[in-house]
Amino acid sequence: MAVADSHDTHDDHHDLYDHGEFIAHHFDSAEQQFDSGKLGIWLFLVTEVLFFSGLFVAYTLYRTNHPEVFEQAHVFLNKYLGGLNTIVLLFSSLTMALGVRAAQLGRNKNCSVYILMTMVCATMFLGVKAVEYSHKWDMGILVRSAFNLTYTHPTPTTEIGKSLHISDYLVYLCIVPALLLAGFLAASVISKLINKTMLAKFMVAMAITVSGYFLGVVVGVVFMSATDAETGSSHASVIAEQPLMLMASTQDEHDEGDHDEGDHDKAAADPNHEGDHADHEEHFGAHPADGGEASFDAHHPDPSTLSRDIGIFFSIYYCMTGLHAIHIIGGIIALAWLYWRSLLGHWRTDYFGPVDYVGLYWHLVDLIWIYLFPLLYLID
Amino acid sequence: MVDSSTRQKLFGTPETNFLNCSKGWKSWAFTLDHKRIGIMYLIGVTVALFLAGVFALVLRSHLFTFDSTMLSDDMYNQMFTLHGAVMVFSFIIPSIPAALGNIVLPMMLGAKDVAFPRMNLASFYLWIIGTGCLLLAILSGKGLDTGWTFYTPYSIDTNTGVIYATFGAFILGFSSIFTGLNFLVTVNTMRSKDQGWFKLPLFVWSLYATAIIQVLATPVLGITLLMLIAEKTLHIGIFDPKYGGDPVLFQHFFWFYSHPAVYIMILPAMGVISELISVYSQKRIFGYSFIAFSSVAIALLGFLVWGHHMFTSGQSLVVTLIFSAITFTVAIPSAVKVFNWLATLYKGSILLNTPMCYALSFIFLFGIGGLTGLFLGALSTDIHLHDTYFVVAHFHFVMVGGTLTALLGGVFHWWPKIWGRMYNDFLGRVGCFLVFSGFNLTFFPQFVMGSRGMPRRYASYDPEFQIFHQLSTVGAFVLGIGILLSFVVLVYAALRGPRCSSNPFRAASLEWQSSSPPDFHNFLQTPVLTDPYDFESQVYDEELDTYIPREFANPDKVAPRKEPVHH
Ligand code: HEM
Ligand SMILES: [Cu+2]
Repeated sequence: MAVADSHDTHDDHHDLYDHGEFIAHHFDSAEQQFDSGKLGIWLFLVTEVLFFSGLFVAYTLYRTNHPEVFEQAHVFLNKYLGGLNTIVLLFSSLTMALGVRAAQLGRNKNCSVYILMTMVCATMFLGVKAVEYSHKWDMGILVRSAFNLTYTHPTPTTEIGKSLHISDYLVYLCIVPALLLAGFLAASVISKLINKTMLAKFMVAMAITVSGYFLGVVVGVVFMSATDAETGSSHASVIAEQPLMLMASTQDEHDEGDHDEGDHDKAAADPNHEGDHADHEEHFGAHPADGGEASFDAHHPDPSTLSRDIGIFFSIYYCMTGLHAIHIIGGIIALAWLYWRSLLGHWRTDYFGPVDYVGLYWHLVDLIWIYLFPLLYLID
Repeated sequence: MVDSSTRQKLFGTPETNFLNCSKGWKSWAFTLDHKRIGIMYLIGVTVALFLAGVFALVLRSHLFTFDSTMLSDDMYNQMFTLHGAVMVFSFIIPSIPAALGNIVLPMMLGAKDVAFPRMNLASFYLWIIGTGCLLLAILSGKGLDTGWTFYTPYSIDTNTGVIYATFGAFILGFSSIFTGLNFLVTVNTMRSKDQGWFKLPLFVWSLYATAIIQVLATPVLGITLLMLIAEKTLHIGIFDPKYGGDPVLFQHFFWFYSHPAVYIMILPAMGVISELISVYSQKRIFGYSFIAFSSVAIALLGFLVWGHHMFTSGQSLVVTLIFSAITFTVAIPSAVKVFNWLATLYKGSILLNTPMCYALSFIFLFGIGGLTGLFLGALSTDIHLHDTYFVVAHFHFVMVGGTLTALLGGVFHWWPKIWGRMYNDFLGRVGCFLVFSGFNLTFFPQFVMGSRGMPRRYASYDPEFQIFHQLSTVGAFVLGIGILLSFVVLVYAALRGPRCSSNPFRAASLEWQSSSPPDFHNFLQTPVLTDPYDFESQVYDEELDTYIPREFANPDKVAPRKEPVHH
């Protein structure tokens, strides 16, 4: 029963840390603090998994109900770009793990280098993703309601787009990173001028991080044109090889108004379609009430019904990869904070919790991609 | 054994405490102190309660006559939607854990604070932002008319403020996750030395079980609401049948969260009741481990029954049967608790003060609410009762009769600890009586009309139901007056009530070993670890007129128990 009388000074109540350098006042020991943080981050990861689980459930349901749609749809995803991104993320997990190790040993300098490498991988991932997204938008591969597949690439209209032969959307997707890059470079020069070397260093690192994005864009564009011969024709070849399948899965719905015998026989004869016919009517039965999709008819013989099916796949695709990308961006922000603290030399052998926690988060974000990649790109 | 001046210092009325140790609005707005955050939460949920309460009274007034023209049909729909949404997301879910739990839980563990104080404050600000977004639905002039359940496809088609409201609920979900995560970690890592799991007060167990649900269920609601927003803005076709989506999938996702969420609402209430029943009967709680594990059992079983909200939504018969069967099993742990409370009361020396009156009301009202749940869980009866006033009465018996009653009881119980001042017990009990009788008058007739086929969510009704609706409306105003009276009693006590001692009711859990009001650091000494239900461990100290742990008392003058007086 130690009667403490040391609490007479109450002026520093808003300071979380009032004993020991990095031990918050309400913890008894560094160990208790570390354990709490560790349990906290694991629980947070559980909520993250559950957060994604809704989308995984939606994926599973639509895939079991409409396997043919998923088989048709995934050919529009470039598995080489997806694979490239998988490698990039796996590598970032490695650098992250090395960063955690460095922090545990109190090697702040090594830690900062590894964290910078992780951040560059992260932005590179986003760059490649931007190439993929813009390519799809070009072709009208959008979410369910806006799906408007054209098979052709519109000619770029922006100056940059024209001169580099890249999609307008890609140009737009580069605007914010370009501004960020310019901002960070300017900030580093200014901090240098006012003699804040540490800040200057940080800003340079941020500029390097953002350049990773452009690296990703360049690599992505090169990769895509290199594999285009294959994938580009693969769009076409799928349509050429299996036109019946695509048509059949859409045709009967189109005609469901007139229930003549012949039509039904045709549908029943198609082995790919037989099993899920009833289901199809249940889930995909209703025709759009508004004329919103009528415009699609201009591009393709029967695109409105085709888009009905494939669009759902891409709705799920955009939700999943978009949410994942948001997590990557969140991770970059957390990593930048760690980078700053490594510059300040905060990590010691008895204090490295934040690197550990963010590391766990980063591995989870990678892990989610490891699931997304085969589920979305490698269906077959 | 310590000398009298130390006793005075530890248990007497302190000069500096968490309320006056720092001043100015900033010392509140940026505080990291769990007690202050709890108080701010308490104020917040009270505002939400009054706001949603006013909506309820407007609804009930409209329903006074069957052909009322007080509200247009659209206005009526918007009123009940906002009433439900604000009550559920902004009031009930945070009420006991984030307000009372925040204040009491760390102290019950003998800790200085929760594990993550900044996250605790963030949770409160997220609550403000989320509630603000919900209310934006009104302020934007668009209103909201989907019901608190946001069912598709109507929520996609209506052009009322669904996006504001769902976004608000999404943010409130994070607020709730933050609280839950914080509590889980706090209980795991911040218990005082040698305080094993079975030395924890049952309130802590129930908050722990609640936190498990908050952490596991709420993210699913989050993604569901995001998908709904995406559906509304981009038409992604996952829920919208117009684009090939499945609206029933939304119901599944929604109830996967919202059924467990009803246990987020009731479990903390059960924890409060376990404390009150035991302290005010001065008897060891009966079947400690049964109560503790039944909380966990409820939390886990609660994840397996969501389909009982969808018996009439076109589920397959097999699924329906399974959900029905599991629903019945949930009743078992609930009944275990009720049984244990009653057994605790048996032969106890009962003090019928305000908190205890609320606790007894709880047992009665929760009993009815839980039993009527079984009617709804049985397929044959639910087909008839679904979407009638019977359901409305059922969930109000559990949510208002259960949770609100326990909240009031708990607030009265810990009020002297928080403010160091005593409430007027007589008026407190009058308030409790008004709440109890008003509540029954409001909701009992709804069982009758519901079973006779009165559907819920309608602005007008057949004349044959008018008498029931009128009883219900009168009851609602009595209930309102009761709550208002309790509110006045509490506020008056906090500001002007007579000073009270550190442990006036001889409770044995650790929070009562602090002074009233507690110090900023909660305890001036390391608290003596006592069994929370061993009241013999606390002895009466004449000098201070309070109960203190035996270890601190003057052995020459140990009076085990003073006859408790009604204040
Ligand atoms: C004792 C065990 C319980 C059982 C067996 C049970 C059963 C049910 C069932 C079957 C329904 C669906 C009725 C229908 O829509 O046809 C229902 C609705 C509801 N229950 Fe319970 N319940 C129990 C406890 C609770 C508790 C403790 C709460 C909250 C604190 C609660 C809150 C609700 C709510 C809010 C609804 C209606 C939701 C809506 O449609 O708006 N229930 N209950
Ligand atoms: Cu339920």
